[in-house]
Amino acid sequence: METLLQQTVNGLVVGSVYALVALGYTMVYGILGLINFAHGDVLMIGALVALEAIRLIQLYAPDLGLIPTLLGGLGVSVIVCMALGYTIERTAYRRLRNAPRLAPLITAIGVSFLLQTLAMIIWGRNYHTFPQLVSTTPLEPVAGVFITPVQIAILVVSATLMVALLLLVNKTRLGRAMRATAENHKVASLMGVDTNKIIAATFIIGSALAAVAGVMFSSNYGIAHYAMGFMPGLKAFTAAVLGGIGNLGGAMLGGLLLGLVESIGAGYIEDMSFGFLNSSYQDIFAFVILGIVLIFRPTGLLGERVADRA
Amino acid sequence: MNQLALAIPWLGKRNPAAARWVVIALALAAPLIAVLFGKTWVRILDFAMLYVMLAIGLNLVVGFAGLLDLGYIAFYAVGAYTFAFLASPHFDIHLPFWLALPAGAAFAALAGIILGLPTLRLRGDYLAIVTLGFGEIVRIFLNNLNHPINITNGPQGINMVDPLVLFGWDISQGLQIGESFKINSLFLYYYVFLAFVVLSIILVQRLQISRIGRAWAAIRDDELAAKAIGINTRNMKLLAFSLGATFGGVSGGLFAAFQGFVSPESFSLMESIAVLTMIVFGGMGNLAGVIVGALALTALPEILRYVAVPVQQALFDRVILDPEVLRMLLLSLAMIFMMLLRPSGLIPAYSRYSRPELVVGKQSSGEVAK
Repeated sequence: METLLQQTVNGLVVGSVYALVALGYTMVYGILGLINFAHGDVLMIGALVALEAIRLIQLYAPDLGLIPTLLGGLGVSVIVCMALGYTIERTAYRRLRNAPRLAPLITAIGVSFLLQTLAMIIWGRNYHTFPQLVSTTPLEPVAGVFITPVQIAILVVSATLMVALLLLVNKTRLGRAMRATAENHKVASLMGVDTNKIIAATFIIGSALAAVAGVMFSSNYGIAHYAMGFMPGLKAFTAAVLGGIGNLGGAMLGGLLLGLVESIGAGYIEDMSFGFLNSSYQDIFAFVILGIVLIFRPTGLLGERVADRA
Repeated sequence: MNQLALAIPWLGKRNPAAARWVVIALALAAPLIAVLFGKTWVRILDFAMLYVMLAIGLNLVVGFAGLLDLGYIAFYAVGAYTFAFLASPHFDIHLPFWLALPAGAAFAALAGIILGLPTLRLRGDYLAIVTLGFGEIVRIFLNNLNHPINITNGPQGINMVDPLVLFGWDISQGLQIGESFKINSLFLYYYVFLAFVVLSIILVQRLQISRIGRAWAAIRDDELAAKAIGINTRNMKLLAFSLGATFGGVSGGLFAAFQGFVSPESFSLMESIAVLTMIVFGGMGNLAGVIVGALALTALPEILRYVAVPVQQALFDRVILDPEVLRMLLLSLAMIFMMLLRPSGLIPAYSRYSRPELVVGKQSSGEVAK
């Protein structure tokens, strides 16, 4: 029972990171119908830039407290990633907006690997220790469940961001324009929406979320390296599909569910498979779920759109 | 071959017969030219042949049938591992090459069907992600199936795979002619691989203009319409997957025999992407383009390795971009810029059977794509 509770908490924490990344996928997919393969790598860039910024801050302003340092690193990485997201959209995707569907997808894969290569050039192949500015020592166990301050921070920050995003999309002018563009580009532009701007804004918001997710991911695990974006990216995509791609609430639900399934599954896989499989197979859950969802309910849990696009 | 000959600039269209002979002569003389630059280059040529086979197989799936497969390297892995299981001291089975290779191909084809069956309904980008996941699952299993029962020997891989033995003749020993002259095994491997490549080319070319090939083109261009004119899209897609996988499997088996060992790290996602880039670069759906793409993108990184590293050393006194990074950089840039600037590849596919505006990469009028 304690394992179950513990894994539930861990799952929620990981899941909320997935959810943040999944929001980026789902927003872009909702508007462009494109899987932005490079999204996971934006997360990686976010983490590494934050790492670099934190190092600099610690070097030049060692007296700054832990939290301001972290916020400073986070701020820099969010800004860099927003610029990166915009650049990617502008240079790689915009020209291909009307091309057949495989073309932007292949470009996206190219961008993803380009980002990884650039990160490899700048930061090398090594694993970097990510400074643990928020403590990772567990607090007093509650009902036998250990939770660390950094996990609490992750839960709080991601919940805040998700609420903020929902408000942005549902209550503001920009959000309305985004929804209109997602529904129909042409009609939206006839109604006076500058769709190019809206699409760029979508990329920028998504990248900012990915940057935050990257910093949280690295703070939680204490490492950062050039290929770290791949798995979270893929899992976040799975989460987006699970929840119903194009649907914001779905992405959040999908992220949390995936995190739960994965971490509870990893806790019990050894017993379930009679010792044949162990927790090194953890990553398989996401793919299996992805497969099952796509086969039996391609619209996802909350998706309504008829999935002819699938 | 005709397509390949036609692809030669200038000569191709004016004098196809001469161009054909040039291609044949080049293919036969390639290792002799390569050896002038050192034996490594012959080895690179051998690998290039394997990549050509992979590219031909992936082109079947992506270029002909329009199913974007990002986990293609999994079939290569299945072929290689099957070969290694059946012809190595690992399980102490030493089947002859003529049994182990078809077994590898068959298992790869089976894997193709296993992947194909659940993904039949998916198209485009969803299919891409699921196949990518499939490739990763295969790799994760290869990496971890050394416990509790040791099947794949985990990350260390399987060593001492039997070399290619054709009719009792061990190719890896080279060929001794007379007392003093010995043909290195690298050359022999090249010609064996070349034979396989030529066979594949003939097969695929016949396939492309057959009923099956036309059915694939129809599915690629418009699946609904293809269904409506009575094509069994399910079987055709499965066929594309399994045939494409077979090429991967054969190539994998040859790789295992040539390399002498297999390990999961040869089958990373990067390799899938590399093969995909080759066909995108060369011209998706066009056999000649695919072959040229595979050759170019195997050779270019190696040329860069020999040029860029000394240049960097001379300029900065140290190596800033190591060859592996250069290769990734080259591949990713090739992918992006090809799609942006010349989406139909170096040698665009021209096909009697497809509507040009629907062929991947060619700019369409917009609405059609959706």
